[in-house]
Amino acid sequence: MEENKTYTISIYTENNIGLLNRISAIFQRRHINIESINSSVSEIENISKWTIVVQLTEERMKKIIGQIEKQVEVIKAYYHREDEIIYQESCLFKIKSELLFEERQIQNIIKESNANIVTVNKEFFVLEKSGRSEEIELLHRELKVFGIMQLTRSGRIAVSKEEMKISKMLEAFSN
Amino acid sequence: MKEHFTLENKEDVVTTEKISGSEAVLKSLLAEGVKTLYGYPGGAIMPVYDQLHQYQDKVHHVLARHEQGAVHAAQGYARISGKVGVVIATSGPGATNLITGIADAQIDSTPLVCITGQVNSQLLGSDAFQETDIVGISTPVTKWNHQITKASDIPKVLAKAFYIAKSGRPGPVLIDITKDAQFEEFDFSYQKCVGIRSYKPVPMVEEKKVQEAAALINSAKKPLIVWGQGVILSEAESIFKGIVEKSGIPAAWTILGVSALPTSHPLNVGMVGMHGNYAPNVLTNECDVLIAIGMRFDDRVTGNLNFYAKQAKIIHFEIDPAEVDKNVKADIAVLGDAKESLTQLLPYLNEKEHTEWHQRFKDLYKIEYEKVIKNDLHPTKEGLTMGEVLKEINKRSKGNAAIVSDVGQHQMIACRYADFNLTKSNITSGGLGTMGFALPAAIGAKMAAPDRDVVAVIGDGGYQMTIQELGTVFQQRIPLKIVVLNNQFLGMVRQWQQLFFDKRYASTEMTNPDFVAIAKGYQIDAQKVTDREKLSDAVREMMTSEGAYFLEVCVEKEDNVFPMITAGASVSDIRLE
Repeated sequence: MEENKTYTISIYTENNIGLLNRISAIFQRRHINIESINSSVSEIENISKWTIVVQLTEERMKKIIGQIEKQVEVIKAYYHREDEIIYQESCLFKIKSELLFEERQIQNIIKESNANIVTVNKEFFVLEKSGRSEEIELLHRELKVFGIMQLTRSGRIAVSKEEMKISKMLEAFSN
Repeated sequence: MKEHFTLENKEDVVTTEKISGSEAVLKSLLAEGVKTLYGYPGGAIMPVYDQLHQYQDKVHHVLARHEQGAVHAAQGYARISGKVGVVIATSGPGATNLITGIADAQIDSTPLVCITGQVNSQLLGSDAFQETDIVGISTPVTKWNHQITKASDIPKVLAKAFYIAKSGRPGPVLIDITKDAQFEEFDFSYQKCVGIRSYKPVPMVEEKKVQEAAALINSAKKPLIVWGQGVILSEAESIFKGIVEKSGIPAAWTILGVSALPTSHPLNVGMVGMHGNYAPNVLTNECDVLIAIGMRFDDRVTGNLNFYAKQAKIIHFEIDPAEVDKNVKADIAVLGDAKESLTQLLPYLNEKEHTEWHQRFKDLYKIEYEKVIKNDLHPTKEGLTMGEVLKEINKRSKGNAAIVSDVGQHQMIACRYADFNLTKSNITSGGLGTMGFALPAAIGAKMAAPDRDVVAVIGDGGYQMTIQELGTVFQQRIPLKIVVLNNQFLGMVRQWQQLFFDKRYASTEMTNPDFVAIAKGYQIDAQKVTDREKLSDAVREMMTSEGAYFLEVCVEKEDNVFPMITAGASVSDIRLE
């Protein structure tokens, strides 16, 4: 049996309300857990770009890409291995302000992790960290011992090292 | 903003001064050449029905007795004609009643445009009366769907709907129109859609792949063709026949592919799959090259994939890239429309006969004939068999009728034994296995092909799932032939209970009503046959009757359909008894 690997999927689509349902149904039907999903604008006007992270065998991954590309409003879908992309995730930690002053170690952790303090007030401060999942997980572990009031983490966003020739595809259609 | 789809030339545009959204629906349908549609009215679609009344001399609306009946009728219409079937229903229950037919059309690649009414756009999301999120519900079973809340979107969205439904691998599209959009007025203009930038329905055929396929086919000693509905959908029947005849390769069919090549053709070796013929199933695991054309290696065709044609090189001619390597890995995949790729393939093929290889099929046929076919078609026992009814229908139709079957034992018998001379003649629910499909689908088929004999062959179970459509036959005076093969059981389930559940017949025995009386209640000529000596005359009477005719044949209660590939078994382990 081929083993599961982490794949990042990039999907270029028309901007359409119902498409989220269509794409998520493809994963749901096959009991594939979506680890993270992000939808945003892309480098091309009026074209959305989705970034989805899943753990799958490559064989299944290929079949899923086929099913995604089959959707009328999907322009093109790609899957990438971890070494084929540059990616980032982001995380916000809300922590009691008193800890910042009482626990000297927190200040060191913040410095070493390259996290940014977004805001500080009397009750709490908010720490933002962008980076690869391991870096965020490490920071989370380190801060957890002091107590975290709130935590939220974004999905992965990624760009591929290889070119994805979407503009050319769209040009080919207009000509 | 620039449109993401291309519409055809301005000269073909239909333009009118201010009209309502509902009239725009009618004008759009007319622009797409729609003459017949099936549906059921209700609150949220009333403005469109009002226009159907105004346009009744141009568009024939057929009132079904249930929305499921309407959608199956549209499927039957589409399957026999190759045109897009059109269905109209109201919001809420009207729309949800379409779902079974839409799912059926999706899995069997049938082009449909379903138009549903929706509550006023201001009420969306408020749990208004008969509001249901039909776009959400239908998403996984449609090729595309869309909700319209502005009248001015109607023409371009419907143009896209027809284009998407019919192009490439066809499928169902649902368009939901809010009631306020149906009332709203706007300046109408209609252009057919000819392209969408994010959608490439037909992949380009790569000549190199065609040449590779040809080289492999030419070098094969024991090649086998398995074709599916793709041959019919791309209207490739004639070039396909040319391929089969030139290459001399035995050709077997899936139940949706049958009738693309006449059943009497000497190179037609029968049906593959669970209840298919013995030879093509067994020899799937002996052939050296398997050439799959417009088929998708459904599990009912392949049996256990771990033991499916492992010795063979696989060539897959397929329009849908997502089907390639989905179930069976192809050594050579030729993407594209079957008609186009087969046309390119033909000149590269060598003329061959494969005489010895054909002999293997003939030898295995003899075994199947002795063990199964003889008893099905020429029974010596007292009870009537389903097979002999099909034999009688063949005798009268001379193979020129379209056979519309439901789901279950009778379906397998109909597919196995019906003679077909003409293409698009076997209309059945293949992928979804929808009981209740046949009666309404036959209504649509007969209306699309009024000059052809259309015979619905139905089991007593499935018949009662949509029996209300006799009302449609009656009201529309559709000269349909309806045969119910009554074994007083849900026969296929009973067969499995017998074979795999130690004959524990849980909820499969049926106490049936007087079917003849019911048919007569709708003023449909009817008779019931229980004896062999009356069968032939009864079938003749049915086939020669002017109007609709209902024939009930009481068949043996506990007959089984063989051959059979049991669950988890290999195609070559097909059982003959």
